[in-house]
Amino acid sequence: MEKRNNFFQVATTLIAVTISLLLACIIILFVSAEPMNAISTLLFGPIRSLRNFGNIIELMTTFMFTGLAISIMFQAGQFNVSVEGAFFLGGLISGGLISTLTLPGPITFIVAVTGGVLAGAIVTSIPGVLKAKFGASELVSSLMMNYVALYFGLFLLNNVFRDHSFGMLATHKIPKKYKLPVIVPGTRIHLGFILVVILIIVVTLFLFRTKTGYQIRSVGENTTFSKYTGVKIGKTVFLAQLLGGIIAGLGGTSEILGMYSRFQWTSLPQYGWDGVIVALLAGEKPQNVPLAAFFLAYLRIGSDLMARATDVPTELIIIIQAVIILLVTASALLSKFKQRSTVKEVIGDA
Amino acid sequence: MLEFLKIIFSLEFLGAVLRVSTPIVFATMAALISNRAGVQNIGIEGLMLIASLVGVVGSAFTESAWLGLLFAVVSSVLLSWLFSVFVLKFKTNIVLAGIAINLLASGLTVFILYILTGDKGVSSGLASKTLPVIPFFNIPVLSGQNVLTWMAFISVPLVSTFLYKTKTGTYIRAVGEHGDAIATAGVSVYKTQRTALLLCGVFSGLGGAYMSMGYLSMFTKDMIAGRGFIAIAADAMGMGRPVLSTLIALLFGATDALSNQLGSFNIPNELVSLIPYVVTITALAMYAANNKKKQNQ
Repeated sequence: MEKRNNFFQVATTLIAVTISLLLACIIILFVSAEPMNAISTLLFGPIRSLRNFGNIIELMTTFMFTGLAISIMFQAGQFNVSVEGAFFLGGLISGGLISTLTLPGPITFIVAVTGGVLAGAIVTSIPGVLKAKFGASELVSSLMMNYVALYFGLFLLNNVFRDHSFGMLATHKIPKKYKLPVIVPGTRIHLGFILVVILIIVVTLFLFRTKTGYQIRSVGENTTFSKYTGVKIGKTVFLAQLLGGIIAGLGGTSEILGMYSRFQWTSLPQYGWDGVIVALLAGEKPQNVPLAAFFLAYLRIGSDLMARATDVPTELIIIIQAVIILLVTASALLSKFKQRSTVKEVIGDA
Repeated sequence: MLEFLKIIFSLEFLGAVLRVSTPIVFATMAALISNRAGVQNIGIEGLMLIASLVGVVGSAFTESAWLGLLFAVVSSVLLSWLFSVFVLKFKTNIVLAGIAINLLASGLTVFILYILTGDKGVSSGLASKTLPVIPFFNIPVLSGQNVLTWMAFISVPLVSTFLYKTKTGTYIRAVGEHGDAIATAGVSVYKTQRTALLLCGVFSGLGGAYMSMGYLSMFTKDMIAGRGFIAIAADAMGMGRPVLSTLIALLFGATDALSNQLGSFNIPNELVSLIPYVVTITALAMYAANNKKKQNQ
């Protein structure tokens, strides 16, 4: 039965993705004066040069962090969307600290990274605590928490970390020695990629091979049942959200120290929402996150190339992402299939 | 301090609060009706965004602000209908469907704007119309407010009457509170929730149209800027009661208006912008804690 469900989940995802891509092609046919060029750039542009392919892996790294963070929360049945704010604030605190502190040796680096991770952890933990302690909806409070992270972050950026000699609102330059090293020459693929791959392996083992991991999954599947088997619901629910925040904070840190020379985001980067799509495509399983992140990054880079080369704007892909979410999660669409095939199997067995 | 109080109690400030609160009040009514039916729509943000673009485009092409408003509301209702089909028929997870609606709106608006005008940020290339302001006997604060501001505040008692005094309204509240029981009583949960979501679309559409045809006179990218989410919080804090939720929406509007004015006072305006969100989180926690205590007794 488990295998059958897996099969249907993969099938739904593939069908949804195919329909969405077809829809993208149809829209392009309607709006573009050079549709063939646009479609081929969208689908094959990313693999036409090493630099483009490098861009995919760079973006994929970002998506793996937020996709993993969301996956672990979804596993516990928690719709905490403050991964968005956690990623932003994590990047800001680490970028801010590392460009202003002048502590001896590696201490600056350690303090900055710890600060970034802590910031992420605090952002997602607040909705987590409120859910665990009082049963307050983590969805609404985490939506609000994103704005708290944004405005608090901008306050710090403007009043504490700001480089006044720089023309725009930004931190000081991040010293070269603290930047995450590039691991593939000729691209900007950095150490963060290896870090997040290790993290994915660790989280997968944790979720599927440890008692606490099992408890997180069981709370997500059936809270009442878990309660009767003696799982501490509040603690488990909080833990999942805390872990998500740690991963998101580390993700923001890796993004800033790997890809930028200063922190200069003045609005939320939206990577948290991308993480929701990655987690969905991955069926909330951490081990599938890399593939899902690769797919989304591929589409994004493809659409950027398409927008640069043709008359189709890159926002097409945002529309397609929305369609993918709707189709992947429309469980009743495919459950009809599933029911039919289960009936067949039962009758066949008898 | 005196200067500060002077600002808060000035008539200009009160007028500004009403202006800034208008879209939040509409969105709060949208959030309230859907939430009362047990279908919390976090896609209100996206519904408003679509409406704000369609209003501008519609009014530019028909050369009529009112037709623009009509198109805006229709577009928001259509998108809300799509949401209801996925959530109620195809059993899409309601949170994810809401996220999808927000994404769809954010991509689609820029996409359409670019196709129509070649610009991705603002609709200044379109000769769109704005909805009229009402002079109202030169009474300060009230005079010169947009017709939609009036509609927003008039809609509050209407929603209240609808929910508590009409059959459909009673069904909506009943479905939200005891869906299973009401189904056995012969009321269609599906139809009731769909009605609530379509009404949610109407109010979101009005709020969105106000943004681009009243508050500003054009569409700008992602111009709703979280107002749909704030409305969800206002509804949650107001415990689903129209008047109380509206007062909270006004409080949000007031802090927003205040942050525009505090530049002269050495208070960093990021911190002022922070206040409504912190207040909401605190209030949500207190409300939930209180509920839990009651349940335990």
